[in-house]
Amino acid sequence: MWKTILRRVMIMVPEVIILSILVFLLAKAMPGDPFTGSINPKADPAQIKHLMAINGLNDPWYQQYWNWVVHLFHGNLGNSYQYQEPVTRLIAGRAGNTLWLAFFSMILTYALALPMGVFAGRHEGKLPDVVIRFYTYVTYCIPFFVILVLGIWIFGYVLGWFPTTGSVSSDAQGWVQTVGSHFYHILLPGILGALFSTVNIVQYLRSEVIDAKHSDYVRTARSKGVPSKDIYRHHIFRNSLLPIAAFAGYSITGLLNGSIFTETVFSYPGMGLLFVNSISYRDYTVITALVLIFGLLNLLGTLLSDIILSIVDPRIRIE
Amino acid sequence: MAENFEQHSDISAADLARLNQEAQAEATPSTAKIIWNEFKADKPAMAALIIVVGFIVFVMIGALFINTPKMMETNIMDYFDKPFTAGFWLGADSGGRSVAKQLIVGSRNSIGIAIGLTVISSTFGIAWGLISGYFSGYIDWGMQRVYDFMMMLPMTMMIIVLVTIIPHYNSVSLTFIFSIFYWEGTSRLIRSRTLAETQKDYVAASKTSGTNHWKIIFKEIMPNISSLIIVDCTLSFAENIGVETGLSYLGFGLPNQTPSLGTMIANANDPSNITLYWWTWLPAALEIVVLCLSISYIGQVLRRAADASQRQGAAD
Repeated sequence: MWKTILRRVMIMVPEVIILSILVFLLAKAMPGDPFTGSINPKADPAQIKHLMAINGLNDPWYQQYWNWVVHLFHGNLGNSYQYQEPVTRLIAGRAGNTLWLAFFSMILTYALALPMGVFAGRHEGKLPDVVIRFYTYVTYCIPFFVILVLGIWIFGYVLGWFPTTGSVSSDAQGWVQTVGSHFYHILLPGILGALFSTVNIVQYLRSEVIDAKHSDYVRTARSKGVPSKDIYRHHIFRNSLLPIAAFAGYSITGLLNGSIFTETVFSYPGMGLLFVNSISYRDYTVITALVLIFGLLNLLGTLLSDIILSIVDPRIRIE
Repeated sequence: MAENFEQHSDISAADLARLNQEAQAEATPSTAKIIWNEFKADKPAMAALIIVVGFIVFVMIGALFINTPKMMETNIMDYFDKPFTAGFWLGADSGGRSVAKQLIVGSRNSIGIAIGLTVISSTFGIAWGLISGYFSGYIDWGMQRVYDFMMMLPMTMMIIVLVTIIPHYNSVSLTFIFSIFYWEGTSRLIRSRTLAETQKDYVAASKTSGTNHWKIIFKEIMPNISSLIIVDCTLSFAENIGVETGLSYLGFGLPNQTPSLGTMIANANDPSNITLYWWTWLPAALEIVVLCLSISYIGQVLRRAADASQRQGAAD
């Protein structure tokens, strides 16, 4: 068990190193130099050269990379040129919004997907199953951003049920109102995100339940006289719960990657919107930091899923 | 052979012909025939097929008759004309440009990129999966680590960063940038099927008789999983429509003067456009919904055709 996890973590180390090199080189390849916007445009070119020299920008790339990594471990990601403040502080201010939204979406995803999966499997081939399968088919193939745009149009503008911009309303006073307003703002993007990311879990759980229906332990439970409801709730559902839990890691990754679209459509000030804005302003210290953070979060998400899977499924451990 | 057979048997030529005919009638129908039967049995699938093929042919030909630079010229007199006024079927946008014409050219661009992306990324993904699954061992291990690494990259962000780095990009370079990141799903699927296929007897027989590895992979295993490949290509085509339009929606896909379904939906980013001037973006959004649903439905029918136990078509 521990050996598998250790091996899995060991594989991560070169991945992180290659990711950081890649991100660093991409940052180097971006147009403009790091002094754009921070100094007077009439400044003496000789002085700029001097600045480049003392900041180590004329060193070979591996030297610069090493300095960058050392700074990274000191929590120093440089300054944002657009906002004129440290990148770490800027991102820390936005990360909360993104993570709350992703967290809310994920809880909702599970709350919707678990009953639907069991229900569809239980009534295989009947009306509820047909309806749920139609729902998964629709949500699987429509691009997420189209749904967001249609959703904000219908529920945000036409019906006016939900706020269409920001993460908290400006006239909220006291912490109760503030928390309430925050929640109100993540409600629509959270629901849309959840509705459209249940597919994998529903389909997996459905086929799992259909398989389990004909298995020996279910037949035993039936012959003992366990009520049908309890069989589904306690026997079958509990058995397929852990593999379902393994989807959590992947679903975090999916939600984070979707956050670029969600936050752009809803003008929600999180890391995704920060990324899009920074690209427009060529604010490349922020861009590299965000790509690195999202890469690491993806890595942790898949690590989490793989570990849960290896606990559940011993076959993976032998490999 | 047949003459030889005739001399040594007491079956008459007429009987032989009849038996041949019966055998042919009872033989497994060809893949194309199975798929066609499946579509005939499923009316909505037929409708989806007609919509998709008809629409693609329509925009491909229609776009040839539209002068794009002239269409993209601003004409302030037609500022936000309503649908069905001043000769605009679907109205005009903020620059007085016809929405219907933009929709045709934009669909051509978006669908063209989606087709290109599907061809490139699927070819690469299939080759990757076949090689990785067939050779197993160290080659597979190494290729899997590359796969893991690619999966870890935040795809949308990487594409946006690459698009900003490349100074002059067009639809071809854009397709290649997308292709770098969208082969993983296919490769994983093909690899797992190849792993199972490699265990089968016909592969073992070919190996012992000394057939070339590449011949086994591409001439023996690949045709055997061709139904899976067809299904996967169809489904990734539906997904790939969302890739380019999504990026164009954010403003990092096709450049501004090149209409795309995504840039048209981006009209909805303006709070006054989204409600007041809904005709500038809603047709494009609905078009994507209909296209994606239809293509993915076709994919499901193909999947059913590939699995004999799920077929609905008559087994004639």
